[in-house]
Amino acid sequence: MTLAPEIKDTSPEKLLAPVLSAFWDEDRSWTLDVYRRHEGYEGLRKALAMTPDDLIAYVKESGLRGRGGAGFPTGMKWQFIPQGDGKPHYLVVNADESEPGTCKDIPLLFANPHSLIEGIVIACYAIRSSHAFIYLRGEVVPVLRRLHEAVREAYAAGYLGKNVLGSGLDLELTVHAGAGAYICGEETALLDSLEGRRGQPRLRPPFPAVAGLYACPTVVNNVESIASVPAILQKGKEWFRSMGSEKSPGFTLYSLSGHVSNPGQYEAPLGITLRQLLDMSGGMRAGHRLKFWTPGGSSTPMFTEEHLDVPLDYEGVGAAGSMLGTKALQCFDETTCVVRAVTRWTEFYAHESCGKCTPCREGTYWLVQLLRDIEAGKGAMSDLDKLNDIADNINGKSFCALGDGAASPIFSSLKYFREEYEDHITGRGCPFDPAKSTAWADRTEVNA
Amino acid sequence: MTTTPEGVSLGMPQLPAPAYPDDVRARLEADSREVIARYPDSRSALLPLLHLVQSEEGHVTRTGMKFCADVLGLTTAEVTAVATFYSMYRRGPSGDYQVGVCTNTLCAVLGGDAIFETLQEHLGVANGGTTEDGKVTLEHIECNAACDFAPVVMVNWEFFDNQTPASAKRLVDDLRSGAQVEPTRGAPLCTFKDTARILAGFPDTRDGAVEASGSAGAASLIGLRLAKGEHPARVVHPRGAAPKDRPPHDPSPAEHLSSHDAPQDTAASDPSHPAGPIAEEGE
Repeated sequence: MTLAPEIKDTSPEKLLAPVLSAFWDEDRSWTLDVYRRHEGYEGLRKALAMTPDDLIAYVKESGLRGRGGAGFPTGMKWQFIPQGDGKPHYLVVNADESEPGTCKDIPLLFANPHSLIEGIVIACYAIRSSHAFIYLRGEVVPVLRRLHEAVREAYAAGYLGKNVLGSGLDLELTVHAGAGAYICGEETALLDSLEGRRGQPRLRPPFPAVAGLYACPTVVNNVESIASVPAILQKGKEWFRSMGSEKSPGFTLYSLSGHVSNPGQYEAPLGITLRQLLDMSGGMRAGHRLKFWTPGGSSTPMFTEEHLDVPLDYEGVGAAGSMLGTKALQCFDETTCVVRAVTRWTEFYAHESCGKCTPCREGTYWLVQLLRDIEAGKGAMSDLDKLNDIADNINGKSFCALGDGAASPIFSSLKYFREEYEDHITGRGCPFDPAKSTAWADRTEVNA
Repeated sequence: MTTTPEGVSLGMPQLPAPAYPDDVRARLEADSREVIARYPDSRSALLPLLHLVQSEEGHVTRTGMKFCADVLGLTTAEVTAVATFYSMYRRGPSGDYQVGVCTNTLCAVLGGDAIFETLQEHLGVANGGTTEDGKVTLEHIECNAACDFAPVVMVNWEFFDNQTPASAKRLVDDLRSGAQVEPTRGAPLCTFKDTARILAGFPDTRDGAVEASGSAGAASLIGLRLAKGEHPARVVHPRGAAPKDRPPHDPSPAEHLSSHDAPQDTAASDPSHPAGPIAEEGE
């Protein structure tokens, strides 16, 4: 396990770096006026002064990597779009934020939707696209309202529509609300859904860069990835690279949740540790200890207290056996039953499995059956190996990453908490009291 | 809703869905043209159009699906396949206010399970059930991207953050009494039908709807405030003993509220609804 470099100054002013979140505390932060007061759409002007190819190279050199989970270099994704092929090109922004624990894009879009729209215009200029889509999960109407309004403002101001800022770029932007399906966060399922079909992943190749939306070259990027682009243009790639590490440069939103004193959004250079975030924010709720946590949503293998000093960047988390994912730091204290947590996540994966491929559809079903029995004290010791075995038959053998995601909590919880599973089996039941885990458990004044 | 005997199909083909009345159809067709114009390919309009027909009747009916098929040049089978895939499309009549309690792991652990259990008792309905007055439909929902505000309750897809069983009870009581209810993040509530229209892509035109509830929720601002040298108020929890050496207890069904949400015996998610997926695709 790699340790974070010793940082002398542990004050939040030094450790945090609000960029996208820098003015969320201002009145009407979502409006074009406020955005422009904070150098909004200045990055776009710089981008339009470059050639599209130079722009792609610039974003590539900045080192920006995808913030949606996989961490693929954003500029490289843009570069894969074949040019001069005579086909329309599309940009599709993945705003289907649904990974359990993940809660960064929704507050970002609620408070600062123009950062995304500016990023979209820049990206479309780079990849020569004249139509972009924001695929927003449907269950967040407050965000949809502000996106509708921000897009209207951007059209009225000439950032969208015909001949954007006199550049010759024509750009339509469609806000598309989904209808409730976790799987649509998977990029090819998202494309099928956007085409008006059931959201089921596609076999690759061909990759979306070659045959994406309507079988045309398509870039699918996460909200935060695209929203980070304007600041890179405005402040420069060197500024961006001055944060984070060589391979994981820049700033990002960390979402702290669970049994912590102050859950919320913390924007910081990549590579900050959970210990630093907890130290500055008041730690776990008083009198409790961290038991397990996810670095990037439920699909990333869980960590324990021993991983508090893992640098939260792509390489650091990877080296420690998990994935940075969406930087959704869900922290659970010692009152939480791991078996209960994993069972619930697994029920989620079973519910959300699209049913297209057998390992995921059947595997998640059987995992749920076994886990429920174990949690209820009706399991056998042999079930633990069976769990591992089924998870192994899903992992890497399913159509898309949802299957791998379903296996992650199983593998990692068995690795760190096998004893707790065994306790459920030998003790014929769950030794935890769920009432002690609630947000109000330690409040005396609230009799909930 | 249907002429098929409950639960059993005797092989009689279903009669075609009745059409919308002419005036309704004309109005929806005008809306549809606007939706379709947003996309290079008309089929992409299917999800918003299903939201649109849901805004007309409160759920997606056979009539609504037939309408979508007609305007997009699809078969009703193609439309049904899509309508039954997505969880936001309701397949039967339900209440003006959809109250969704997040029971995914993090919210569940922090109290979502207790809230859901309390509301079921308080309202006298089970998951998916609607109160007799037709006001409230109770559901448990999956992670809604608000974990830093857990436990979360959504009403018509507006955020009610940091709920407790007591606050959730007050919330549904207010909804049933007709009081104007305001979310923590989002606009003063409109009905489920009005919400569905926004989802179809028609902006909310109510005064103040966009700015309602301010720029960002408190949790969204915590890092920013720290970075500016402001220190958020610490909530100090009085602390009891850690749970150890307790005798094992059998989890009651109420502790495992999503039990019913995992794979069921058959693929039909609503066997009483004949428009449901009798055979999944690929067969």
